[in-house]
Amino acid sequence: MISSNRPLSPHLQVYRPQITSTLSILHRLTGVALALGTLLLTYWLIAAASGPEAFADAQGLIGSILGRLVLFGWTFALFFHLCNGIRHLAWDAGYGFEIETTTRSGWVVVGASVVLTLVCWVAGYVAMAGA
Amino acid sequence: MVEFALPANSKIGTGKSWPKPAAAKNTKIFRVYRWNPDDDANPQVDTFEVDLDSCGPMVLDALIKIKNEIDPTLAFRRSCREGVCGSCAMNIDGTNTLACTKYVNDVEGEVKVYPLPHMPVVKDLVPDLTHVYAQYASIEPWLKAETPAPECERPQSPEERARLDGFWECILCFCCSTACPSYWWNGDRYLGPAILLQAYRWIADSRDEATGERLDQLEDPFRLYRCHTIMNCTKTCPKNLNPAKAIAEIKKLMVARKG
Repeated sequence: MISSNRPLSPHLQVYRPQITSTLSILHRLTGVALALGTLLLTYWLIAAASGPEAFADAQGLIGSILGRLVLFGWTFALFFHLCNGIRHLAWDAGYGFEIETTTRSGWVVVGASVVLTLVCWVAGYVAMAGA
Repeated sequence: MVEFALPANSKIGTGKSWPKPAAAKNTKIFRVYRWNPDDDANPQVDTFEVDLDSCGPMVLDALIKIKNEIDPTLAFRRSCREGVCGSCAMNIDGTNTLACTKYVNDVEGEVKVYPLPHMPVVKDLVPDLTHVYAQYASIEPWLKAETPAPECERPQSPEERARLDGFWECILCFCCSTACPSYWWNGDRYLGPAILLQAYRWIADSRDEATGERLDQLEDPFRLYRCHTIMNCTKTCPKNLNPAKAIAEIKKLMVARKG
């Protein structure tokens, strides 16, 4: 039986996006984003330790429109990874495997991450305006 | 290994469009994956138009009608036509299910039919299941007991028997394993949801005395722990079983026995 010339049936190309696998890959991607964001945080801390001029440069970079957009994305990544991490914790303990529960908890995670991100930014701007 | 794109010999071309049946008023378009091992061509998607007024309600009925009346070379597996044999598992309208229990009318628009995803194709909708069957054999799916056999059968209380519910019903159609991205990327070493559910079916059996040995065999970064609780398996199971839950139970037992 020759099997080497057999084609591989299509997978990603034809499988309809599922809430289950979409949130799973988003969990992986936000994890990568958080690791990269930690480099940015490290740069900010090193700049702070290096003196006022370096810190001002870092503040300027991170405070620019692009910098804020990156930070906004990073905040969402943080909250999504946190909320979905709690969902994973429940799964690891053996809870929440019914497909209705999984779908609902998935949407709760998405909603909670959006709300927490917005609350965080509104609180940040309010605090800055008050300072 | 993660490879998002299809290999060169697997890229799908546009196939033949078969003529619309004469005088048919109520037709549905079926786009069906075709590959013939006897020519050197790549796979392609053929277009068939099926007269629903003279066709049974299920996707399998339509495939049989296509084979009988339009193109007798179309190859697919089928047997029981009532969801108990698992032969006609395929990817219909983007998710894996049994052609015999999927209503044509549940699909909006054109019906896209592909073989089970990320599998070597033998012909058309027939995937090569050699590897999954070998993985099934590797979990030794039979009752193992050291204690001498009693005169009658090995007794089981109703509660002990109830622990197998949701697991013994698996028909090994492999809809779940071939819906699992982790199985797509690591199916050579990861056992996948179908086989792990079967493994749990024997671990959970009160009459089986090889639980420790079975857990030893599964305790492996790939065989068990490539499951990342993606949950596509449970989402797609045509028998409404819960492979993800079975895998979670195995993982819990692994932690519990560490003490």
